[in-house]
Amino acid sequence: MRSILVLALALAALPALANDIGVVKVSRGTVAVERAGQKLPATVGMAVRASDVIVTGADGSAGITFTDNSLVSVGPGTAFAIDKYRFDSTTHAGEFEGSLKKGKLAAVSGKMVKQTPESMKIRTPSSVMAVRGTEFVVSVEEPVALAAR
Amino acid sequence: MRLVAAALAGLVLAAGCAEAPPKKAAVAPEMVAVIPGAGGHVGAVVVRPVGGGEKVLDKAFASHRVDADGATAAGPVTREAIHAVFASTLEALPGRPTSYTLYFLEGKDELTPVSRAELDKVFGDLRSRPAPDILVIGHTDTVGNLAFNDKLSLARAERVREMLVGLGIPSDRIQAAGRGKRELLVPTDDNVAEGRNRRVEISVR
Repeated sequence: MRSILVLALALAALPALANDIGVVKVSRGTVAVERAGQKLPATVGMAVRASDVIVTGADGSAGITFTDNSLVSVGPGTAFAIDKYRFDSTTHAGEFEGSLKKGKLAAVSGKMVKQTPESMKIRTPSSVMAVRGTEFVVSVEEPVALAAR
Repeated sequence: MRLVAAALAGLVLAAGCAEAPPKKAAVAPEMVAVIPGAGGHVGAVVVRPVGGGEKVLDKAFASHRVDADGATAAGPVTREAIHAVFASTLEALPGRPTSYTLYFLEGKDELTPVSRAELDKVFGDLRSRPAPDILVIGHTDTVGNLAFNDKLSLARAERVREMLVGLGIPSDRIQAAGRGKRELLVPTDDNVAEGRNRRVEISVR
């Protein structure tokens, strides 16, 4: 058991670049990563960085595995910003803050939440969701004109 | 100019009001729900609305919703409703990180017959993962000195790594390392042959 833990610790340190906080594992349809004013097509194997914004088209969906083993996927018509991400693979301390501007998100929390509940937070226009573990979904629809009601 | 625009806006608003009076400004409808994990485990999410307050969602399919008019609602939603809304989102979740252990014959970098029989299942999973990050760590039992076991453990890890590359997994996505007899699965005295310690652990995410 302990060796599995050590192995998991070592695995958490795998991405060579400290800036890389996760990897795009799934990319279907139109998916882009907005980074430093540029819009890059999201390809499987692409490294994700803090302050990236994942944007999908009406036919798009994508899945990312983060260095603390948390998983996040987004559905069609989504804009999800990674506001902050930090993970220490030795202590498992960290913080993960993201904003779902619009669209759909599913997530499975990872090691940092196991170590420190509520260290992962997802913001929506109305609320902040603090994650104690483990799986949840969030959607933010386009505001609709109420005049028609 | 601005006055005219304001007057026009007023007219448009008035016209709109005459047909269907809006109650409040439109907000983005939202939903958050907790769903059971792969093993049936249900976690918790604490919802803190910007305006204050706190709601703990800690039951399967417990939800918090915001309607278009800003009203909030709570209560369980059905599994079917979640899947109707989030089907393609949930399908895009990457595979769960996991690990496997394979065992070796004494003093060799050759798998036991039992582990050899498990290879298809393990490799099948590894191969099915897009852009996998794989870590292979070899271990030995305590028979032999430190240098011998360091070499043997690395040989075991490299052997598995070669097999994975042979399956078509890009070599730059696989790291291999040997831990010698430093990390026993089953603690023993020195110079004890113990099959459970002669192993390679493969972690993948």
